[in-house]
Amino acid sequence: MTGAVFLELCHVHKTFGSFQALRGIDWDVREGEIHCLVGENGCGKSTLIKAVSGVHAPDPGGDIRIGGRNVLPLDPMRARALGIQVVFQDLALFPNLSVAENIAFDANLGRGFSPRAAIRRKAKEILSRLGHDLPLECPVDALSIAERQIVAIARGLAGEARLIFMDEPTASLTRAEVRRLLDLVRKLSAEGIAIVFVSHRLDEVSAIAERITVMRDGRMVGTYAASGLDQRTLIHLMTGIEIATHHAPRDCSARPALLETRQLTRKGEYENVSITLHEGEVLGLTGLLGAGRTEFALSLFGMTRPDSGTLLVHGRECRFRTNQDALAAGLAYVSEDRLNLGINAEQSIVDNLDIAVLPRLANRFGTITDRARVQLAEDWVARLNIKVNSVQDAINTLSGGNQQRVILARWLASHPKILILDSPTVGVDIKNKEGIYALIRELSAQGVGILVISDEMIELFATCDRILHMRNGRIAGDYSPAHITEQALEAQIYA
Amino acid sequence: MSENLPVTGNKTGHSASMTDLAAPFRRLFPARVSGQALAALALAIGFSLIVPGFFSLGSMRSMMFQLPQLGLLALAMAIPMMSGGLNLAIIAIANACGLAMVTVLGHLPLAGHGTGYVGFCIVIVLMVGAVLGTALGGVTGWLIVRTKVHPILVTLGIMSIVEGTSIWLTRGEVVSGLPALYGQIGNASLAQIPLAFLAFLAVAGVVHLLLQHTAFGISIRMIGSNALATRYSAVDVDRVTIRIYALSGFLCFCAACLMLARFNSASAAYAKSYLLVTVLAAVLGGVDPNGGFGRVTGLVLAMIMLQLIATGFNLLGFSDYLTLAIWGLVLIGVACAQSMVKKRR
Amino acid sequence: MPDFATLRSRPEFWLAGVIVILCAALSLSTPSFLSLSNFVDLTESYAVQAIMATGLFVVLIAGGIDISFAATASVAQYVAALLATHYGLSPFLVIPAGLVVGTGLGFLNAALIHYARVNSIIITIATMNVYFALLMYATGGHSIYNLPEWWSERVTFLQFETSGGDLIRITLPIVVMVVSLLLCWVLLTLSRTGRQLYAMGGNAEAARRIGLNISKLQFFAYGFAGFMAALAGLVQANRVGEAVPNALYGTELSVLSAAVLGGASLLGGVGTIGGITLGILLLAIIQNGLNLLDISPYCFEIITGAIILASTTLTALSVQSRKRSRLVEEAPIPEQAHV
Repeated sequence: MTGAVFLELCHVHKTFGSFQALRGIDWDVREGEIHCLVGENGCGKSTLIKAVSGVHAPDPGGDIRIGGRNVLPLDPMRARALGIQVVFQDLALFPNLSVAENIAFDANLGRGFSPRAAIRRKAKEILSRLGHDLPLECPVDALSIAERQIVAIARGLAGEARLIFMDEPTASLTRAEVRRLLDLVRKLSAEGIAIVFVSHRLDEVSAIAERITVMRDGRMVGTYAASGLDQRTLIHLMTGIEIATHHAPRDCSARPALLETRQLTRKGEYENVSITLHEGEVLGLTGLLGAGRTEFALSLFGMTRPDSGTLLVHGRECRFRTNQDALAAGLAYVSEDRLNLGINAEQSIVDNLDIAVLPRLANRFGTITDRARVQLAEDWVARLNIKVNSVQDAINTLSGGNQQRVILARWLASHPKILILDSPTVGVDIKNKEGIYALIRELSAQGVGILVISDEMIELFATCDRILHMRNGRIAGDYSPAHITEQALEAQIYA
Repeated sequence: MSENLPVTGNKTGHSASMTDLAAPFRRLFPARVSGQALAALALAIGFSLIVPGFFSLGSMRSMMFQLPQLGLLALAMAIPMMSGGLNLAIIAIANACGLAMVTVLGHLPLAGHGTGYVGFCIVIVLMVGAVLGTALGGVTGWLIVRTKVHPILVTLGIMSIVEGTSIWLTRGEVVSGLPALYGQIGNASLAQIPLAFLAFLAVAGVVHLLLQHTAFGISIRMIGSNALATRYSAVDVDRVTIRIYALSGFLCFCAACLMLARFNSASAAYAKSYLLVTVLAAVLGGVDPNGGFGRVTGLVLAMIMLQLIATGFNLLGFSDYLTLAIWGLVLIGVACAQSMVKKRR
Repeated sequence: MPDFATLRSRPEFWLAGVIVILCAALSLSTPSFLSLSNFVDLTESYAVQAIMATGLFVVLIAGGIDISFAATASVAQYVAALLATHYGLSPFLVIPAGLVVGTGLGFLNAALIHYARVNSIIITIATMNVYFALLMYATGGHSIYNLPEWWSERVTFLQFETSGGDLIRITLPIVVMVVSLLLCWVLLTLSRTGRQLYAMGGNAEAARRIGLNISKLQFFAYGFAGFMAALAGLVQANRVGEAVPNALYGTELSVLSAAVLGGASLLGGVGTIGGITLGILLLAIIQNGLNLLDISPYCFEIITGAIILASTTLTALSVQSRKRSRLVEEAPIPEQAHV
């Protein structure tokens, strides 16, 4: 287990403008080990990977050593020549090129004719070494996500890897695919290739790692032997705080139902989902990614149409054609993908905040004054305690947590009766997380029915009155947080 | 996680009372736009110093006659650009409107009738043109929404079809036959200011109001910066997109009205060289070619700048082509300067 | 092995189908269509556009766009013509000089796009106006008619008579076009640089991370487009026997249409040289067919527009339906079979 040290970082700093992404990192990876790197979003994991792989140059003063020799300055080519390969979270593949070319793209560097036969041969060899069979001439954008992952790993191996970083490789995989991936990681490690596995799924981390390094706020918290850590401790190390306040779940079943679905089905996404959300209730919806949670929520919000089943709001049957219908019926939906589906990054806070309620701001002439817009924005900024210089600043000047609050304000400004929060604290720092939990409780006290979609146990237990477990598009369980522990529920989900 | 990098916002350090006083002005003319205003002013002063007669009433009036046409077409181009698109069909639509109006007017028995009757007919024909322009734009928008094909390609196709139809129906010839009244109104002046210029200002004012102070206008820029997020924010992106191109088509009609007055005729080939110049004008006016940003005030100032350059060089005896080259160079210069400023930040 | 399903999803397949049907229809209605001489004629009339299209195609593959190529061609053509007539230089100096001018203007585009980081469509619209306007200003719009003989003379590589008695001439424009298409195919499909261009067009960020030299590739792509434009300009002068400064002005969008018809994506990384060839062929056949059928040539634009809309729409819709079916495949694999 204890091979020689392969990669070593000494006092590595990295600053972007005034933001310190890495603050004095001292870290090492040994040959052939499986090393997990964990930490909250924005803690510097990705920056660390980019520094080691030569994408970002670290600030002067630190060392990156490979085999004991300082290798700075690094560029991507040199890092790969030294045996460091990265499987990026976005995979960084060429969607228009074939599987073979993606795997053995290095053969296309430089000038002259492209060695097509050699590329095919190499790709075939690597894939068989991985034990996978993919159509070599197929363009990558025709593959599934799991298959693309294999291509990305194969590309790493083609470059004679000695250390492979895998940045959140399991984020969009199904359970079976994850299991296959973890087997592959063990196989590579047995061949003497070190793997640094970045993940936020703690069950995977515990299942696979030999050593675990925890990062927080751009610093190393420490490196631990995997055997000596339980998940609670790990969370504590990652966040620095214990979310102690366990919410006392209430029984809301006697209250009037706000939202009810009966046998709602959309083929290939979810099947026969029947849920009831009562007034003032916080209902959790958990399950693996791809279990149909988000797809179900999108249908509730009128973004997609169910094939069959009924949806009732305030006891009346609704068929939403668009999300404007859903908004008019008192629904609001905060997407999990804040960057792509939430914010309009370069636009101002005002623009982002009032976009959903613009028609309601019009005066009797049908126009919207700047004053009315700014006032609304400043109101909500104050109410949700959003830290801003000016509401006219672009929203991407805010931290992730404050961005999320602006998005929450966007929907709260519409005075929803039913609020759907899809992974509401992704990329939000711990302090803002607690603030958002408090807000959820406050809203539910005002009678708003809230559906929280999440795979973070802490989040669910801190806010929910009832938790539904979704699996393969169906509701597989209905639990009260009072009668099940976090561990037991997690075991159910990852079973 | 680059999205989490807290970038420090620019801190505004002036006192509260100053802010309040200047606020309405700054809203209308934010930093970028006031830069353009300064540039326009500098150009005006520069030309009046080196070009004798630059500041004469005559040259001012000729500028005001020339500017509105390109100005309206640039508006028609700018609005789709703000939404992240492009409308290559604007000239074709404007010419189609002009041809339709002339043809209809030519077939009406106007000779021997009084001014009132002729005026009534002109109004009716204007309505025909407006409906045609808006409808052509609307169809363009509908196609973009339904096919999800890049607007460049859809509008390229529409351009070919509309222009081709115009050429086919007219055999490529110039069509004239406007009643004299039309030209009289179109070339009239109010207190020495050409009516066309006033009409341009009025249209620009209405478009400004639409863009800045209605849900429709604000949504345009939101769609330009992130269409998907805007759709998730319960904005009917499809309907807004159709309206964007319909409005663009309507502005083409407005431009067609002015072109009719100016040339006293219509043709499928008029103003073709303006097509790509409108893109330059829009970008110079602060419209982000990738969508999301742009104001009417900036565009109007850019038009004034371009017109000052054109008239100044014309008076200096330079050819139109040199003016065109200088417009292009100005745009390249501005674009480079902007990217350098961005880099330094 | 490419099965029918993958074949069906390629625009080349549909284009070829449309061309075959069109040819069949035209040869039934006009006997003169399906003759070798007619085919050679229509090829020659589109050779210049085809040469420019190869340059534009390389830029499109690299993820950019170039609107300035026709202006570049005109400038290069005129400069070369000036050198040949005014200074009486030999072809061995004039031709390279023209090509160097074109390549240089392409490099200028690349420099502006790469260093000023402005949208390529905006920059090339601007440079198009600058190149063209300066050319018109400098020349006063005057054509050069007295090209030296080596240039204006029709160069015939192959000449024969068909059994029907038609004289077939394979002339310089056709040969240059074929060589350009071949060169472009070799470059993009067989060479490493070509594969790098595809990669950059497919995912520029991934290309940067893998260590490709983005600036070099961009200079290559725009320089190549400028080179091809200059070549087209020189060939065009040979075809018409004079150098007219605004002869090529206005062909930008029709060449772009041909490229798009041939399946090149404006988003980069997608398209084949075969597709481009078919796209140009389609436009040439339509124009030729309209001539032969004695339909008003004014209809040509309408039909071109309709075909652009139809083909891009069909391609987009087929891509969308493919995506949807893939989404279903990506639905989670049930671990235990559920009833």
